[in-house]
Parts: sequence; structure tokens; C-alpha cells
Amino acid sequence: MIANSHDLEHPMDKYLRTDRLPHVWCPGCGIGTVLSCYLHAVDNLGLDKDKLVMVSGIGCTGRAAGYVDMDSFHTTHGRAIPFAIGLKAMKPELNVTVFSGDGDLFAIGGNHIIHAARRNADINVICINNYNYGMTGGQLAPTTPETAYTTTSPYGNIEPPFNLVGLMAVSGAVYVARWTSIHVRRLTKSIEEALEKRGFCFIEVLAPCPTAFGRRNEMRDPVESLKYFKEQAIVKNFVNPLEATIEPNKKFYVGKFVDLEEEMTFEDRLWLMTSEEFLKAPSKKRKEMILGVRRHVKEHMEVLLHTPEPTEEGGKGEGV
Amino acid sequence: MSSEAKIIKLLRDHSLALPRGRVYVIEDRCKGCGLCIEFCPKKVLHQSERFNAKGYHPPELIEEPPLKVCIACKFCEMICPDFAIFVEEVSAEEVGGMEEGAECTNGGG
Repeated sequence: MIANSHDLEHPMDKYLRTDRLPHVWCPGCGIGTVLSCYLHAVDNLGLDKDKLVMVSGIGCTGRAAGYVDMDSFHTTHGRAIPFAIGLKAMKPELNVTVFSGDGDLFAIGGNHIIHAARRNADINVICINNYNYGMTGGQLAPTTPETAYTTTSPYGNIEPPFNLVGLMAVSGAVYVARWTSIHVRRLTKSIEEALEKRGFCFIEVLAPCPTAFGRRNEMRDPVESLKYFKEQAIVKNFVNPLEATIEPNKKFYVGKFVDLEEEMTFEDRLWLMTSEEFLKAPSKKRKEMILGVRRHVKEHMEVLLHTPEPTEEGGKGEGV
Repeated sequence: MSSEAKIIKLLRDHSLALPRGRVYVIEDRCKGCGLCIEFCPKKVLHQSERFNAKGYHPPELIEEPPLKVCIACKFCEMICPDFAIFVEEVSAEEVGGMEEGAECTNGGG
């Protein structure tokens, strides 16, 4: 027996600023689970934490950058992506992950993320979708499902939500996946893939928000929310992302939607532009050198128009 | 005979080793959300009567679990949003027989 709980060291403590724990997130909040999955993925890959950077914006999820013991940015609202792109452009050896919420990335930062995907910036984006603005008291977000109750939609939401994976896939992301916070193992594997992949990788994670969203939508208990996710989620890879919408009390797809081969990234083109070879080349040659951009978009459309047959993932089991 | 009991029998006959785990709870980090208790595939945990420093009930191991041994799947470790529970994989000899396979260490208390 160990006498004092302060003597116990959690295996992930080496990546955490333990003096700041326990963190601010509510009991049962999914953000802690996703952070745990991210740290497990880093641990499984054996990455050097001096080469990892976490960038996050404002909101509940934005607090994550303050808890990890690696270089991290807690940026202005919605601007996590521009910070991350700038960082990656100047320090290509770093592995940059944007860890932020749906409100930060898709409401105030909506333009930044679609353009980062279009440029194929070499960053990983983990977007935690809890269906509402949790930190400010549970207001309507662009991801709130139709008919859901929030503080600013007391009669039920009348607007259709964004389909985040569909939006990212058509914008040009090379890796698009969606999981929920109950699918911890598959989420960890997905984060591992994203960390190793070049180009713009996007992972949406549906997470319960028991305090702000669940309380008004009959999911006050985090256990109930997770059971709902487990029942409603259909695990399938390479479903057409445009069909993977989230509707209230209906089944939704989780899995990997897009996984394209290595492409020329934004940073590659940026460094190409400053290379001597490029500057000295005649204009016709320069055009050829930049054409990676067009190939990227064309291949992308082909994938979306002729999606491969959906594949079932895993056995029956627990489905997590 | 339930399928689980059959597997146990097979494991006994062929003396195959099932992984075993020892569960540790960092009680003062726990916020009592109950995810580890609910989603443990072997259902080895339950909520304790004790309070931690923040006033939540941390999980503890169920006493006398018939088939309920921790198999070190580490699901609780991954799903815990508060980094409050973790599992150490141990050898079967270290923790004894099948029935008394799980052990729990609660810090503080």
C-alpha cells in the first residue's frame, strides 16, 4: 500500500503540469478524456515532447494548452490556426497540434480553418465538438443540432448545424476523422496517424458537456451521454463525409472519412518559393513547380466523387 | 456454463496467463463522474463512501468479486478525464489466483 496519494504518479504525469491539476473542467467532461487520448498517442509513438507544440484558442477546450508540459500557445479567440501555421512555417521540425473547441475553430475562427485546409498547412487539428459554447453558459453554436435547447434557443434550435467533417473534406484536408469520447482506443490510434501524417489532418471528437448542454437536453449525467454516443455511433471507414451529418436522436457515422497520400504542403511551397532554384528558374518552370496545388485539389474531388466502398471496422465487441 | 466461465475453465486447463492489473486511484484528483465504474468491462469498481478533499466519492475496488478481476485493459486510465486512475500490469503470480486477481491501492483515503 502506498500511504499518500501525492506519492502516486500517473503514467501521463510526465506530459502534464501536475501543479495545475485538478483542472477546471466539470466532472465527466469529455475534454479531459480527449487530452488523455492525445497524451497516450504521444506516449505510444515515443515522440520527443520538446518537438511537440500544442496551440489552443479560447473556451473550455482552450484551457488544455495550460495543462500540458510542452511548448504551448494559448492564443486569442479563434486565431489558433494562424498561430499554428506561422509556427510551422518558421520551425518545420516541430509537430504542431491545434487543440480547440467547435466554437473557437468553426464560429469565430471559421475562415481560418477552411483556408488552412485549402492550403494544406502541415498541422493537426483536434476539434472537440460539445455542441454549444460551454464556457460562457451554453449558448447556441454553429454545431448545435436542430431542435436542441440551449440558453439562447429556449424553444429549440431552428438552424441546421455545420457538418464539420464534410466541410473539412471539401475544403481540402488530407486526413479527416470523427470519433466520440467513448471511442478512446480508436481515437488514440487516429491521433497517432494524424501526428505521423504530413498535411492538414482534422479530427472531430464529439464530447459530452453535462453542465451546459446535457442539462438542458436530458443528458445531465455524463455516463448517459456516453451511452448515447455508444448506441448511436456507427463505426465505418470511408463513408462519404458529406452524408455524415449529425441529427438529434439519429444514428451518425464515426470513423475515418478521408485519408490521402502525402501531398505538397503549404510550408513546402512556402520554402520552395524562397529557394534559390525557384527564384532563378524561368517563369514557365516556376509554374510547373507550383502545380502541386492543382493536383491536390483534383485528387481530392476524385476521392469525394468516387468514394471507396465503406468498410466495417473491428469486430462486434464493445465497439470502443 | 456461461461463455465467460468456459473461457476461465480453458485458461485453467491450459494454464494460459491472462493479463492482470493493479488499479491505483489518485483520490484527490477524482471528480466522481463515474465513467471508470460504468465502462469497466469487468466491473471491478464501485463508488466508495469516502469523501476526497473536494467532496467527491472516489472509486474503489469491489470486495470479493467472483469473476471480477482487473485484466489490465487500461480503459479506465484512458477514459478518466481527470488523470486520477491508472493501472499497472502485473504478473499473475504476483497477485495470486484467478479469484483474487485484482488489487486496488487507494492513496490517502
